[in-house]
Amino acid sequence: MTDASLPTTPHRGSLIEVDARTRRRNAAEKRFRLYGLVALGIGLAALVILLTSVLSNGVSAFRQTSLVLEMNLDAAVLDKKGNRDPEEMKKVTTIGYGKLIDKALKEAVAAKGIAIEGLTDKDVANMISKEAAAQVRERVLSNPDLVGETVTVKVLANGRIDGYLKGRVTMQSAERDSNVTPNQLRLADALMAEGLLVKAFNWDFITGPDASELRPEASGLGVAILGSAYMMIIVLILSLPIGVAASIYLEEFAPKNRWTDLIEVNISNLAAVPSIVFGILGLAIFINFAGLPQSAPIVGGLVLTLMTLPRIIIPTRAALGAVPPSIREAALGVGASKMQTIFHHVLPLAMPGILTGMIIGLAQALGETAPLLLIGMVAFVRDFPAAPPEGFFDPAAALPVQVYNWTQRADPGFAERASGAIIVLLVFLLVMNAVAILLRNRFERRW
Amino acid sequence: MASVKFTVSALALAAAATAADARDQLQIAGSSTVLPYSTIVAELFGENFDFPTPVVEGGGSGAGRKKLCEGVGETTIDIANSSSRIKQSDIDLCTTNGVTEIMEVRIGYDGIVFASDINGPEFAFTPADWFSALAAEVVVDGAVVANPNKSWTDIRADLPAQDILAFVPGTKHGTREVFDEKVILAGCEATGAFEAFKTVAGGDEDAAEEKCMALRTDGVSVDIDGDYTETLARVDANKNGIGVFGLSFYQNNTDKLVVATMDGVVPTVEAIAAGDYPVSRPLYFYVKTAHLGVIPGLQEYIDFFVSDDVAGPDGPLAEYGLVSDPELAATQEMVAAGTPMAPLN
Repeated sequence: MTDASLPTTPHRGSLIEVDARTRRRNAAEKRFRLYGLVALGIGLAALVILLTSVLSNGVSAFRQTSLVLEMNLDAAVLDKKGNRDPEEMKKVTTIGYGKLIDKALKEAVAAKGIAIEGLTDKDVANMISKEAAAQVRERVLSNPDLVGETVTVKVLANGRIDGYLKGRVTMQSAERDSNVTPNQLRLADALMAEGLLVKAFNWDFITGPDASELRPEASGLGVAILGSAYMMIIVLILSLPIGVAASIYLEEFAPKNRWTDLIEVNISNLAAVPSIVFGILGLAIFINFAGLPQSAPIVGGLVLTLMTLPRIIIPTRAALGAVPPSIREAALGVGASKMQTIFHHVLPLAMPGILTGMIIGLAQALGETAPLLLIGMVAFVRDFPAAPPEGFFDPAAALPVQVYNWTQRADPGFAERASGAIIVLLVFLLVMNAVAILLRNRFERRW
Repeated sequence: MASVKFTVSALALAAAATAADARDQLQIAGSSTVLPYSTIVAELFGENFDFPTPVVEGGGSGAGRKKLCEGVGETTIDIANSSSRIKQSDIDLCTTNGVTEIMEVRIGYDGIVFASDINGPEFAFTPADWFSALAAEVVVDGAVVANPNKSWTDIRADLPAQDILAFVPGTKHGTREVFDEKVILAGCEATGAFEAFKTVAGGDEDAAEEKCMALRTDGVSVDIDGDYTETLARVDANKNGIGVFGLSFYQNNTDKLVVATMDGVVPTVEAIAAGDYPVSRPLYFYVKTAHLGVIPGLQEYIDFFVSDDVAGPDGPLAEYGLVSDPELAATQEMVAAGTPMAPLN
């Protein structure tokens, strides 16, 4: 240490006047902040574009157009023998019911004095959804005494008419569209003025099953929501105990040697494996080898469990590791066994972190599509699965796969449904993430 | 091996006892062209019969037939939908896996149409035009050269002046097979290029055919591996493009697409039924006869599918775009009797 190392000349810069080097440094910082702002702006813009496109296309799926009709349930057609036996009445198919509804609408049009030039009987009949006959048939079969009476029915309107009320179909497009005529749209206007055509909240979109290409207006998410819920139950009951037990063992008990190192590396790698790989694995093991049924939530749940496990083990281990050693040492110091230390002191403190990891893992599994495509969850399923546990083995759909499924259909009505389904899926994901954040903020402790 | 199986089964919920007993709903997989028809029938079947609604999956004709041939039993599918006829290799696979008898049911015909953006010009094509537009090599003044055509007017002066751009189904689609055979190959023969290729190949017809069906790779012919909604999106984004669609898809989107005529014939259900429109193909499904009487509702489903109410000219399938089979009565008889298909000839 000599004085020679100290600056001999005084610093020439001034605090008031900024020198060139400082200016450069300040400019660099300013630029960097700007880059950050631009990046943030692009990110936000992408989010806004995504959300507006989904919302503008999908919100209309939550409202649906129906026809309210006075309908005479003609006993001569529906119950020829007149004994009101549901078994006998089942012989009348939806085709028979369809004709009765067509007649009811035609009479209603005539009774209201709606006259439109060039309106054909076929135009009138096509105002009604193909689903309508099934709706009425089901109602009559569950209550055979209705036969012969005149009842008020509320049946779905055709998808194109629904599209007209929602602005998807216009007079111009109807001129060129072979599935709808401008006269039908005029009739729709007239019926709306008479209060026979009404738009209401579409509960069937959330609770009803999927429908075929001929009736986009009847399709719903019920089976898909139930299928996704079943899969999440399976993922939860399998991956919570397995994931937590594996984490506790690895974090607290396992000796540090080459084997545990290898396992750790593998867990980290598995978390990054593309999900489609788990789908191929699931197809080979659970369906082809173990003989489990196709399209069933049990297989989907097992595949998603495999995929979610490493993603749960990693945050769980982090949560356990974040509990300070002083707590363990204190517990051991007063004579607790290792197991008592972990279960009485470490685990409760790590629980918020574990639950957060679990919920985020589940949310990821809920949005997963690729592995489900391989195990037959992409099928057209109309019947609701039974209650668990038998229902785990019944065919079902899944929410993200339903979105994929609907975007492939020809009728433009399904595009609206697909966006609607995305909204439902996003709501579920938002709720799950909100719960995770809530748990973290409410219970997490910092040391 | 047994221990692996045990572990897996144990993992498949320790309560393996709760596993579903006999499967009670039909399982169907295969062609995405037949899929909409299949779901329409499945839906009607479910609401009118006491059986559960069949589960219908897409996946492609080839994949469906392969699944059908995986074996006999509850974990295998009952019916494979197919937009092309079953191949000998499929039948061999079936035989190897113990599926000795299958029933072939032809449900009707499907047209393949060429359509472009509604605001663009209308086209009147012949197969020869398509060959000249899309083939990798064509014959100009007697010499085989790489395809020089840029605009439709290069091919025929009376076609609209629009750059050639075509969205054709990818090779995994059953539709591509029909497109290759009935449009490109037919056009190849019509332009006389087939003979020229044959001469170049030293009289080898197979080599000439292959050359006919080789499409150009300079971005003018774009393979679409997705479904028709993707083709529609591409046509929408690129107004010069002409897409290859199924008739039923076009009929559901007539407000966005204008259809081209082929050999002067407008593709309609009637024109295809009469055999006037040249680009059409039969659609099939294949039934595993060993499952008849075992899986409840299978016989009823196939009877219902081919009934006049469903597959007839006024039925819901025709309404969606299926061209009903004039020989439907014979099919109904065959299905009712459960006659398995004869060996392919």
